Amino acid sequence: MTGQGFKSLTLIGVLVIAAAFVPFVTNGYWLSIAVTAMMYIALATAWTLFSGPTHYISLATGAFFGIGGYLVATGMSDFDISFWVMAAIAPIVAVVLAALIGAATLRLSGIYFVIFTLGLAEMIRGLVSWVQNNFLGSRGLYVLTDFTEEHIYWMLLGIAATVYVIGWLIDRSKLGFAMKIIGNDEGVAKHLGINTARAKVILFMITGFFSALVGVIVAPRYSYIEPNLVFSPEISFMVVIMALLGGTQRLWGPIIGVIPFILIWETITVSFPNATTLYLGLSFLAIVYFLPNGVVGLIESLTKRGRAS
Amino acid sequence: MDILISGLLLGGTYALVAMGLNLQYGVARIMNLANGETLVLGALAAFLAFTAISLSPLVTLVIVAPLAFAANWLVYQFLLRPLVKRAKTSGQLEVDSILATFGMSFALVGIMVSIHGEYYTYSFLARPFEILGTTVAQNRLVAFFAAVIIGGGLVAWLNYTRTGTAVRAVSVDTEAARLVGINVPRVSALAFALGGAVTAVGGTLISTFITLDGSIGVIFTMKALIIVIMGGVGDLRGSIIAAVVLGLVETAVASLIDPGLTLVAAYVIFLGILLFRPQGLFGKRNA
Repeated sequence: MTGQGFKSLTLIGVLVIAAAFVPFVTNGYWLSIAVTAMMYIALATAWTLFSGPTHYISLATGAFFGIGGYLVATGMSDFDISFWVMAAIAPIVAVVLAALIGAATLRLSGIYFVIFTLGLAEMIRGLVSWVQNNFLGSRGLYVLTDFTEEHIYWMLLGIAATVYVIGWLIDRSKLGFAMKIIGNDEGVAKHLGINTARAKVILFMITGFFSALVGVIVAPRYSYIEPNLVFSPEISFMVVIMALLGGTQRLWGPIIGVIPFILIWETITVSFPNATTLYLGLSFLAIVYFLPNGVVGLIESLTKRGRAS
Repeated sequence: MDILISGLLLGGTYALVAMGLNLQYGVARIMNLANGETLVLGALAAFLAFTAISLSPLVTLVIVAPLAFAANWLVYQFLLRPLVKRAKTSGQLEVDSILATFGMSFALVGIMVSIHGEYYTYSFLARPFEILGTTVAQNRLVAFFAAVIIGGGLVAWLNYTRTGTAVRAVSVDTEAARLVGINVPRVSALAFALGGAVTAVGGTLISTFITLDGSIGVIFTMKALIIVIMGGVGDLRGSIIAAVVLGLVETAVASLIDPGLTLVAAYVIFLGILLFRPQGLFGKRNA
């Protein structure tokens, strides 16, 4: 077990180093796809950190991501605060929000959590637009930095790697052990004296932190930001699909899901821009009916069957 | 007074939609997140019929109901029943049905947007009407009364017929219902189909006074969910009261503060319910 754990960590290390060289061998169109893919890898890994062990479908990614992007924009445009200061503030705001949502919903059954996060990005978007229109005045927010696509890519890679390492450490900690029991049977976990709500809230806060951080880093890419752009519910759903497609039992599962999904997504966006929603829907259905455990689950059941025969 | 009347009228239509969702979740145990899209489909049908052959939405309603019933029955039998059979625990079923209905919701949005990508604007009975010193549009009033008649019929059917009683029994306890000889899969399919039909009809009614478009469904799903949770799962009476509360609060916020904040208001209510009465307004506190 421990040996295998280190093996997968080493494997990820090699992958990270290999991925770091991508901007040297490509640029333009493919680099921009690589940035998008890396953004979703970071988001999906952060998502799996919480939703993998708990089986709670979180749709809060869009809200956290939006908080990151929007706070950077409003901080820089409306208050003349530097990018780095806002980059430090935004994830903390997201963590506080995650703690509040967690405290309100994670004590109850999972369904309340899903429903609450379902409209969250939309709700915050409404609130933020209202505040902006009535109190801040300025409509457009600019995020002007010296970052190039390469810088953004490397920062996102750094976040993805950090999330992975944190996940790996959690897996080996008391918290990780508690999460495994909660995931299998919450009743049992409670009887063992595990504070299940607290464990879930902590994990959810970590997810919120990193999702917002991704929003911060990606903000300079848009340069012009408005609430409708960053608080997009679509991001939440895409992250869920990619993570489930890869498989959530392993923290590296999402990586397998993100890359093919993004490639198909880009193709569809280019050739059939109106069919993207349909594609999202069909992907969800395909996962539920044909790949309930994701690609990772499929591979593992195939190798198991291979070994048995 | 303005707020009271229009809030009440809006709440009446919301109540109908929430009843639909409540039947699907409370009885068939399927958390249908494509509920809002079912509603928008009903609205789209009304819009198309009205613009193409200027058919009154009240006539469309009669056509929409059986179609939606049949379609939802098929969805339950062929897409959701396998999930019910496959699920080992209720948690597993919950996750699966959430994901499957998300898929349906997105697929439906994609299809509806390709049928008609713009707003569903049409004008039906947009004439002023004087009631208790307040002026409201006739279409709101008509929608409200239609919702009351359909909702009332549904409640009566549930309470005074044999099949209605079976539906309520399944809602209370699936296992016990099976023990007294109720065909649970059949009743579940019936409830799911009926819920879908009621929701679609609600959409047809709403489309007479609110302009919808293909991608707005999720907002209505959200509202219906909040109403169902506020009223208590499986509790139709609670749903009705919760719907009126939501209708009133939304109208108040929209006219006193800003129309963009209605969803925020709905969330505040939702949060309050989660913190203080997660079992619903009239639910009993248990596990």
